[in-house]
Amino acid sequence: MVVFWEWLASILLVIGGFFVLVGAVGMVKLPDFYTRLHAPTKATTLGIGCILLASMDMHALRGEGVGVQEFAIVLFLFITAPVSAYMIAKAALHRRVPMRPGSYNPKLLQDARERHAPIHHCDQEKRPS
Amino acid sequence: MLESVLLLVSLMVAVALVLNAWRLMIGPSTADRILALDTMYINSIALIVLLGLYFQTDLYYEAALLIAMLGFVSTAALAKYLIRGDIIE
Amino acid sequence: MIKRLLPMPLHSVLLWMLWLILNDFSAGHLVLGAFLALLIPWLAHPLSDPHVRVKRPLKALQYALMVLWDIVVSNFEVAYRVLMPNSRLRPGMVVLPLTLQEELPLAILASTISLTPGTVSVDFSLDRQWLYIHALHVDSEDALIAHIQQRYERPLQEIFAC
Repeated sequence: MVVFWEWLASILLVIGGFFVLVGAVGMVKLPDFYTRLHAPTKATTLGIGCILLASMDMHALRGEGVGVQEFAIVLFLFITAPVSAYMIAKAALHRRVPMRPGSYNPKLLQDARERHAPIHHCDQEKRPS
Repeated sequence: MLESVLLLVSLMVAVALVLNAWRLMIGPSTADRILALDTMYINSIALIVLLGLYFQTDLYYEAALLIAMLGFVSTAALAKYLIRGDIIE
Repeated sequence: MIKRLLPMPLHSVLLWMLWLILNDFSAGHLVLGAFLALLIPWLAHPLSDPHVRVKRPLKALQYALMVLWDIVVSNFEVAYRVLMPNSRLRPGMVVLPLTLQEELPLAILASTISLTPGTVSVDFSLDRQWLYIHALHVDSEDALIAHIQQRYERPLQEIFAC
């Protein structure tokens, strides 16, 4: 039984490390700011979730009870990640950070910046009457 | 076995930190740099938790919790500064 | 009287529990935690805005589990897209027409969108009719919008009954 929990902790740790690494690779490799925004909100958050799950598992393994502090950290990160992503995106919009050429619906960026209804949408039916 | 897995994952997180630091340096926009810094905060939480597991001490979790809170607040403050040019209005 | 001493009872209980969990269950911490759990909500209460309440808690729990599952799935998708060459990506903006109007459900919807498959919410329009979303890969905008409306917006409407 102990072996199983050790294996579980190892696998969770490796998956977590993998996702943290994927987030960082995406950070370096993705073409523009808005695509890079996806890396930390998703990959890194899940990566750290896995690592902290493994940590809870190892605490239980050592007979110290399930760690509640890890749970608090995970909960906090999952609540704050979308909020900070939203705030950074808003800052980028304000500074007119451009999207990669060839993106879908590029002019919507301007509508989002000015916070009105979408008038630059390429699908004309969505235009508000 | 668990020890070597911990070291391996720490290495992965350390490489991730270096990659994020690279993005922090080259930018190109200020928003990119804030994003890189925010990601580095989260990565350092992972690294601290891994170290705590390796050295078998509970002390590191408090540090991780503190970094999580400070990281969020500083990201919010930096983003707000970019939008308004001021943090406390 | 009780209302003035305990303006946010649920928050007080949660704070107390969290304090005890982060420290230990000794008598001293029981008293100190209780004191803080009374003091902090009393200080923070004037800052809070009134908002709609959860009408169906069971549904809310179900929603949270579903979002957790979607986060796991979405990460494999995002990892795949990140490791593919950039030329295969088709990032872009889409816009979601909103039916929800209250603040709390909207905040939850935006956060959910940010955490799940290949989408990050960027901003609301000022009249709260539209939510601008950046997607890592757009195959079909209509399908993406329909997916978000069906999977996330509708359950939220049911949870808050609005």
